Amino acid sequence: MSNPLALLGRVATYLLLIVAAIISVFPFFWMAVGATNISADIIKGKASPGGALIQNLSVFFNSVDMPRILFNSFLIAGLGTALTLLISSLAGYGFEIFRSKFRERIFGGLLLMLSVPFAALMIPLFIMMANFKMINTYQAIILPTVASIFIIFYFRQATKAFPHELRDAARIDGLKEWQIFLYVYMPVMRSTYAAATIIVFMANWNNYLWPLIVLQTNEMKTLTLVVAGLTSAYTPDFGVVMVGAIFATLPTLVIFFLLQRRFVEGMLGAVK
Amino acid sequence: MAQSGLARNEQVSGWLFIMPALVLLGLFMIYPILWSLWMSFQVGRGMAFSFGGLTNIIRLTQDPVFIRALTNTLIFLAIQVPIMLILALLFANALNDSKLWGRGLFRTAIFLPCVTSLVAYSVVFKSMFAQDGVINQFLMFAHIIASPIPWLADPFWAKVVVISAITWRWTGYNMIFYLAAMQNIDRSIYEAAKIDGVPAWARFWYITVPMLKPVILFTTVISTIGTLQLFDEPNLLTQGGPSDSTLTLSLYIYNLSFKFMPSFGYASTVSYVIVVLVGILSLIQFLLAREKRA
Repeated sequence: MSNPLALLGRVATYLLLIVAAIISVFPFFWMAVGATNISADIIKGKASPGGALIQNLSVFFNSVDMPRILFNSFLIAGLGTALTLLISSLAGYGFEIFRSKFRERIFGGLLLMLSVPFAALMIPLFIMMANFKMINTYQAIILPTVASIFIIFYFRQATKAFPHELRDAARIDGLKEWQIFLYVYMPVMRSTYAAATIIVFMANWNNYLWPLIVLQTNEMKTLTLVVAGLTSAYTPDFGVVMVGAIFATLPTLVIFFLLQRRFVEGMLGAVK
Repeated sequence: MAQSGLARNEQVSGWLFIMPALVLLGLFMIYPILWSLWMSFQVGRGMAFSFGGLTNIIRLTQDPVFIRALTNTLIFLAIQVPIMLILALLFANALNDSKLWGRGLFRTAIFLPCVTSLVAYSVVFKSMFAQDGVINQFLMFAHIIASPIPWLADPFWAKVVVISAITWRWTGYNMIFYLAAMQNIDRSIYEAAKIDGVPAWARFWYITVPMLKPVILFTTVISTIGTLQLFDEPNLLTQGGPSDSTLTLSLYIYNLSFKFMPSFGYASTVSYVIVVLVGILSLIQFLLAREKRA
């Protein structure tokens, strides 16, 4: 530390990081404190814990059919994730293991469609669901997301690391192609599945626009929609809103802290 | 003979594995995107359509709300994406120092916003930016401002809130990509530069940034696509207001289709503006990437 300029740079770096960390974490603190305060105090900027937690919780549970809402959210996110992983990993595996010129061309086409904005799909999808009489159903939410180009791409990239010898050995043992996939590939690739599960589950859990369009009655709504609904009142009860926001954040927060490394791997996965 | 049987088997398996995904993509992606192209030339309200030729495109150019939504979206894109990516790059560079104290802690803290749901953090931000809310209290306490800023009630400040919110949510996400890429850069390049007396800022600018070009490009593309489709935050924070100052293209499409008497045809035309914008910007970024390789 002989160089004063280097010392200054070091101080600046820590200052930058400390400010960034405080700004990043503060809204979490705010959410937690807010759940214990009454609405009027929250919008007056009261940053200390209050005594309204029980009241906020009881208002929340009285106005929201929580078991039903949680059931909807977990069913849509859980089933959606399971199907997405199955369908998209099958395709990713298929594209990588069984190559042909024609299929490579299809794959190239899919990559081009990776950036198709959802806004350009939602109107036809809505009319389609209306024609199928599927408005306000779980399947209307789940089905359009199941074949994800991003996850297909993710699995294709990961499959490049799947040892060929394993597949050859399994074939010599007389396993059929679907058996190789089910009994050899899936267990070997479990960390890829774990990372993909996290990103897909999170995307499904947090999905807002499409459920907002399709789910129209209160007993079908997801937690995300319910929390959004609580804020759109003319004078929202922010104490209750904070309780909802905590419940909406909790599952992904728990997954993050339990599986931090997988979480990051999943996000990075597709670039490698 | 056995060889060709095997090859045929491979062909059949190849199709079987990708078929479920292809069918679903055909039904829920390719068919809808073509349908909405067709629909963008239709006029009429509700489910009564008739062919309108270029009517919708002419309407676009004369629709002040569309112009505003387009301008807002492009403003968000031009301001928010660079700010966020530069911050992410700075944080990643600071965290890439193995001697840094509290490295893991800082990294986790800055990444934490990525795990929140868009809806949850939007509602939290809405309460923080209230007229007498905690942000104004703090800024007044620190003597940065003399009187409260009407964050969500003023067209200019409402944009600032939306930009701040998105930046808060996504900076850590981009930082992770940069950090991972930085860890793949050979340390000895830095050591050599250090011995030659190259200062830290020059090492960052002449070594780190060029080495990260592909990742920077990747994050620029995904951030661009994300921002062009911006919906959740403006809808929850401001509902596009005040006086349409935070209305985005996606929000306008939603309003046209699902808020009042639907005009699906015109809404599809607006949605194709996003398709075209995404296409043009992706192409530019792709060409830039190619130029770099040559």
